[in-house]
Amino acid sequence: MADVHSGRGARPDRPLSPHLQIYKPLVNMVMSILHRITGAALYFGSALLAWWLIAAATGPDYFNYVSSWFQTWPGKLIMVGYTWALLHHMTGGVRHFIWDTGRGYDLETIDRMSWGSIAVSLIATAVIWFVVATQQGGL
Amino acid sequence: MNMRTPLKTARNLGSAKEGADHFWKQRVTGVANLVLGLFLVWLIASLIGADHAAVKAKLANPIIAMALLALVVSGTIHMRLGMQTIIEDYVHGEGAKIVCLMLNTFFACAIALACTFAVMKLSFGA
Repeated sequence: MADVHSGRGARPDRPLSPHLQIYKPLVNMVMSILHRITGAALYFGSALLAWWLIAAATGPDYFNYVSSWFQTWPGKLIMVGYTWALLHHMTGGVRHFIWDTGRGYDLETIDRMSWGSIAVSLIATAVIWFVVATQQGGL
Repeated sequence: MNMRTPLKTARNLGSAKEGADHFWKQRVTGVANLVLGLFLVWLIASLIGADHAAVKAKLANPIIAMALLALVVSGTIHMRLGMQTIIEDYVHGEGAKIVCLMLNTFFACAIALACTFAVMKLSFGA
């Protein structure tokens, strides 16, 4: 081992504090990261909503052109993904509202709410698109 | 001579000089988005496969148009605040940070204006 200095500027020859990849992923940590990622996805996805609204306001021809994009497989995937991102960000938001009241900070509750948020968002997304697919004759 | 007490200077203001304003607006718009976001999911799902005339008629409905406008206002404020936090967390250079924060505001405003204009045109336009 080299000398270990405590002085500023000298980098001691010992492990630095570990970054994310060192830790075993815990469910609350994964949900926290997903909350930020879904938030960012919804941010840029808002441009799609704007595009669709402008298309509807422009006229039938341009609306049909934009609709045809959303009817492709990548388009459908984006819509299902956007639904999940929205619902997951919502369930994550509800978790934050509960925490804001000062409740739900014990580890067991945190784990249960974390698993709950991913379960609710996935199930709700599946149910919504199953209903759309069956009731309206196709995605 | 400064007659203000140290408490007066510190009150309501953290290091960002805006107190709990960011936090509180994020919560208020978050609660609104909880309701309005579910409305959006219902609206989109109910219009899958609909033709232009049907979509136009539905979006021109006053209740639906007003709910959409509320979502646009609440949603763009919320997403601007959220992206501001992300930028402040990851962009460390002072210049780059200011540019990113400005672009963030411009993007949120552009989305808000485009959506608002479209919804209003659908309601009022010929």
